[in-house]
Amino acid sequence: MNPRADILPLVLDDVSFEINGMRLIKDLSCTFEAGPRTAIIGPNGAGKSLFLRLCHGLLTPSAGTIRWAGPDGANSVTAQAMVFQRPVMLRRSVAANVDFALKLRDHGKPDRTVIIDEVLGRCGLRRLKDNPARVLSFGEQQKLALARAWALKPQVLFLDEPTASLDPAATHAVEEIVQAIHHEGTRIIMTTHDLGQARRLADEVIFLHRGRMLEYAPTETFFTEPKNDLAQAFVKGELLWWKLGKDNRRAGGYEIDKAPRRRN
Amino acid sequence: MNDISDAFAAAFAMVAGFDKDLAEIVGLSLEVSLSAVFIATVIGLPLGAATALFRFPGRKVIIVVLNAFMGLPPVVVGLIVYLLLSRAGPFGVLGLLFTPTAMIIAQVILVTPIIASLTRQVMEDLWREYEEQMRSLGAGPVRSLTALLWDGRFSLFTAILAGFGRASAEVGAVMIVGGNIDHATRVMTTAIALEVSRGDLALALGLGLILLVLSTCVNGAAFLIRDAAQKRHA
Repeated sequence: MNPRADILPLVLDDVSFEINGMRLIKDLSCTFEAGPRTAIIGPNGAGKSLFLRLCHGLLTPSAGTIRWAGPDGANSVTAQAMVFQRPVMLRRSVAANVDFALKLRDHGKPDRTVIIDEVLGRCGLRRLKDNPARVLSFGEQQKLALARAWALKPQVLFLDEPTASLDPAATHAVEEIVQAIHHEGTRIIMTTHDLGQARRLADEVIFLHRGRMLEYAPTETFFTEPKNDLAQAFVKGELLWWKLGKDNRRAGGYEIDKAPRRRN
Repeated sequence: MNDISDAFAAAFAMVAGFDKDLAEIVGLSLEVSLSAVFIATVIGLPLGAATALFRFPGRKVIIVVLNAFMGLPPVVVGLIVYLLLSRAGPFGVLGLLFTPTAMIIAQVILVTPIIASLTRQVMEDLWREYEEQMRSLGAGPVRSLTALLWDGRFSLFTAILAGFGRASAEVGAVMIVGGNIDHATRVMTTAIALEVSRGDLALALGLGLILLVLSTCVNGAAFLIRDAAQKRHA
């Protein structure tokens, strides 16, 4: 057990993923170094969640390699955590949900009690610690999922649209927690539909479309001068699948920096 | 009509008077059925959970067999256990035939597939929900399995109850392997069958009433426990 194991960088080399002959992630290569927060954005079906699951090891790529190249890369499982779009709550109390995760990391009882109290306090859930987790509101459940991940002190935290279907207040609370986790040195890699959230939370943005990475740029650059025309359209709020789907299919997909410019 | 009312009156008198023979029969019935359900639970829960969580060679065969055996005819099970335990059979040397142990063995065979199959269904639903989170947290197979059994405990309670229902109600298997010997292997269901054939409806009805009350109490208690648990754990 090493809560601050050094597993980064994460290197994806020509990764593809297919189901029943359908390629859902296509020839994706990139490297995640320690430090910045990354937001993966793109329309529905772009492969954002698949991309996260591949990185986290929940899925195995059909082609290409994904490796944790840091000195502790061999023990990468215990140095990463993931929060899902729909929080998975064990049928136990709030505190027991965090306790379960800590037991899996072989923390002793006194240690666990301290960590549980700390993370629940920081996520605003201390007064609910004895409540059954499954009767919490959706926003509280998501905060608990974050608290559970935070308790593990991961070096890398994957977040799959953590604020989808949350109201602005709950979204704000979740974003604050994500920021706090980041400030403690955890590398954040998240997907989001919310462009505002990507601006607020991310230092760099990956734009995915139909399983391809079309742009990987610092957040400011991405939003002010996206190089890829589909990324431009996405940032402007155009409906990509509707406006550009037909042309895109004919072109057979785009490469980063190589995508043809859209004719005006 | 008079026969029935007389029988009811006699039955109530017997129950109210704590008839010794009656108490002995009820006691043995509970001992056999509860022991069988306990053993079947110890085998069935992990077996059902394992078939839900893990992919291993022969898994599908086990699932089909367990499902098929949910409806095993008790007399057939009784006959097979009889053959196995009879003097000429492979386990004849143990001298178990016509003992409560033989009855427990037969009921374990009847009940285990029910508990294992229902457990598998409960566990599969739960696993669908938990799988990614468990893998994400790095939970190994054993930790995942125990967590699922614990979190599904209230649903599994229903599976165990279904097993108890089967064990306490069946007559065919315990009749064949137990032999319905007075003061030795006579249980409620075999006694009812015997007394009806002998025409002693009072004792049969008394036993029948107790069986009904018992099963209602067990199911009522189970419902209350489950209800309270669901309110606590949602």
